[in-house]
Amino acid sequence: MFSRGKWGIHPETHKTATADRPIESMKLPEKVIIPIRQHIGAPCEPVVKKGDLVKTGQLIAVGNAAVSSNTHASVSGTVTEIAVKPHPICGEDMAIVIESDGADQWEENIPTNRDWQAMTNEEILSIIKNAGIVGMGGAAFPTYVKLNPPKDKQIDTLIINAAECEPFLTADHRVMLEYAQSVVSGIKIMKKILGVQNIIVGVEDNKMDAVKVMREAFGDLAQVIPMKTQYPQGAEKMIIKTLLQRSVSSGQLPMDVGVVVQNVGTAAAVADAVIKGIPLVERIVTVSGSMIKEPKNLKVRIGTSFADVIAACGGFEGTPGKVIMGGPMMGIAEYTVDVPVIKGTSGILAISVKEAKKMEESPCIHCGKCVSVCPMGLNPSMLSILAEKEIIDEARDEYNIVDCMECGCCSFVCPAKRHIVHHIKYTKKLLADKAAREKGATK
Amino acid sequence: MEIFIKMVALMGVIGLVFGVLLAFANKKFAIEMNPLIHTIEEILPKGQCGACGFPGCQAYAEAVVLDKDVAPDLCIPGKAEVARKVAELTGKQADVVESRVAKVRCSQPAGKSKLKYDYSGIKDCLAASLLQQGPKACKYGCIGLGTCERHCPFDAIKLNEDGLPIVDEKKCTGCGKCEEVCPNHVMAMIPIGAHVENICSSHDPGAVKRKYCAQPCIGCGICKKACPHGAIEIANGLAVIDKHICMEKCDDPVCVDKCPTKSLQLLREEVRNKS
Repeated sequence: MFSRGKWGIHPETHKTATADRPIESMKLPEKVIIPIRQHIGAPCEPVVKKGDLVKTGQLIAVGNAAVSSNTHASVSGTVTEIAVKPHPICGEDMAIVIESDGADQWEENIPTNRDWQAMTNEEILSIIKNAGIVGMGGAAFPTYVKLNPPKDKQIDTLIINAAECEPFLTADHRVMLEYAQSVVSGIKIMKKILGVQNIIVGVEDNKMDAVKVMREAFGDLAQVIPMKTQYPQGAEKMIIKTLLQRSVSSGQLPMDVGVVVQNVGTAAAVADAVIKGIPLVERIVTVSGSMIKEPKNLKVRIGTSFADVIAACGGFEGTPGKVIMGGPMMGIAEYTVDVPVIKGTSGILAISVKEAKKMEESPCIHCGKCVSVCPMGLNPSMLSILAEKEIIDEARDEYNIVDCMECGCCSFVCPAKRHIVHHIKYTKKLLADKAAREKGATK
Repeated sequence: MEIFIKMVALMGVIGLVFGVLLAFANKKFAIEMNPLIHTIEEILPKGQCGACGFPGCQAYAEAVVLDKDVAPDLCIPGKAEVARKVAELTGKQADVVESRVAKVRCSQPAGKSKLKYDYSGIKDCLAASLLQQGPKACKYGCIGLGTCERHCPFDAIKLNEDGLPIVDEKKCTGCGKCEEVCPNHVMAMIPIGAHVENICSSHDPGAVKRKYCAQPCIGCGICKKACPHGAIEIANGLAVIDKHICMEKCDDPVCVDKCPTKSLQLLREEVRNKS
């Protein structure tokens, strides 16, 4: 029998600052920096050059690889540069810079009004692919790949992930309250593509107002199930376990147990792309944290710099200790506010110097707290010790390091303040380097 | 007294029985091993650095004796001397082994250069480079957390107080372990006796480098024009020096004098004195 509550942690949610704030559209930025690498998979290839005039929604870079995604201009104006620019995840990467003309002139035929019910699955999938839709939860995995599972996988359930278990973030919460109709259309479209009957929307029980709205909007289309608030409830494998009591074992994907999981924001984006023809050029970003003057949920064009977004929220309240993209658990600390908002930016947090204080690492005391909270049932303490000694083969073969999703529960509870997730990321990098060397040697 | 004699006798008999058993087992179950392997392993420097491409010195000794395709000159720390001995013992032909030494191609210690952010993660250069390409403003430069120092099998690298590695050329055997573990490939192996090396690894445009570094190679090409032997090429924003041409032909390192940023470093003062 499946038992709950044996994994995960309960960090303070900090969601009240923005949960009741309606989504505001941010004014158009003067300049956008659109990186060619915003998604999981191969980076896309620019198809515009310096000096070109582009319109909002125009295709500016194509992803031709099997797993990649297209990128579109998020404002109308002139391409001023295609150069290496700050990137919120990679440090620096190639990006297309567009100077806005302020007119926000959309590409022809956008927005439009299409009848998706008359289209074939292939047509809809190609629209989703061309519109550059990726998972909006943060990982930014191309959506068309997930919606197009291999023929031999029987999919029986579509899970809509609205857990939003990261503290501070309320973007999905607001999407459910304000864009319920888009979400419903998006889910209907995905239902048609996958041909599934069973649709479950999983929402954490700290958002009961959203549960109510979703239940009214869905009627019989889907079940809306409130789940216990605990981190990382919104991780793909955990939400499947909670809602369906199915375990995705090591090395498997959700489709191996007959499930496709999509974020609720992705559903809304799919509806916009298929019905209105709007590619992914903007997203909802929660701007919060103790150092932000007016925390908000903003609708931001992709490529807007963090500095502009934070200025739209009244700026900083003093000097922040850290600016983070994403949530505090899995987010990435930024070294400059010149980095742009990308497709996976679910939140921008600014926390104080005190909150960001350094933790001096000390030796593992083998208390076992990390083992009891690890959602994947791994032994994080051992993994961090093996990383220190660089015994990487054992970490891979006997301690299943590849199953770690880097949720950060172990580092959160560790009384010795060990950088466990960092140790694990380091080991994974060593393993990848070793594999690359061996591959090079056999060639 | 009687008990004492009995005990000694008993122990003696037990000892004898086991001795016979062991002697029998030693003959019967002996693993035949080429004694040459052991001899060669003794000759190798035993740094276990892996520069030969085998996991440790014993593995290489085995391979070089048993596999006729494995060359006798793969041990880089052993230099020509070991290669000659191994070749003699195995009856193979050894090529000339070039002696190498590690060189740090960065002039800016992490403790004194411009930083992007305050790093507080685990103390390892590779781990630091995972986050936004490292804490240093120059993403190609030395991160200064001592990964090379920890991995050097011959204890030849020490960080100075500002965090820049200093190579002890007497101890360095040129095994290349530091080059392998350095995430930014700041450590490079150069031939012993090389005259000049560029101590910058950054591929950023020159104007960008000047903003964060006091001594960058800006790829201006003055050294290339000045060199009468054609030993310098500009590749990817950096002056790349063919040290063999220098060592053969050069007796007046004008490139070092002409370099506007002092990024080319003269490694041997006596080269200048020759002229």
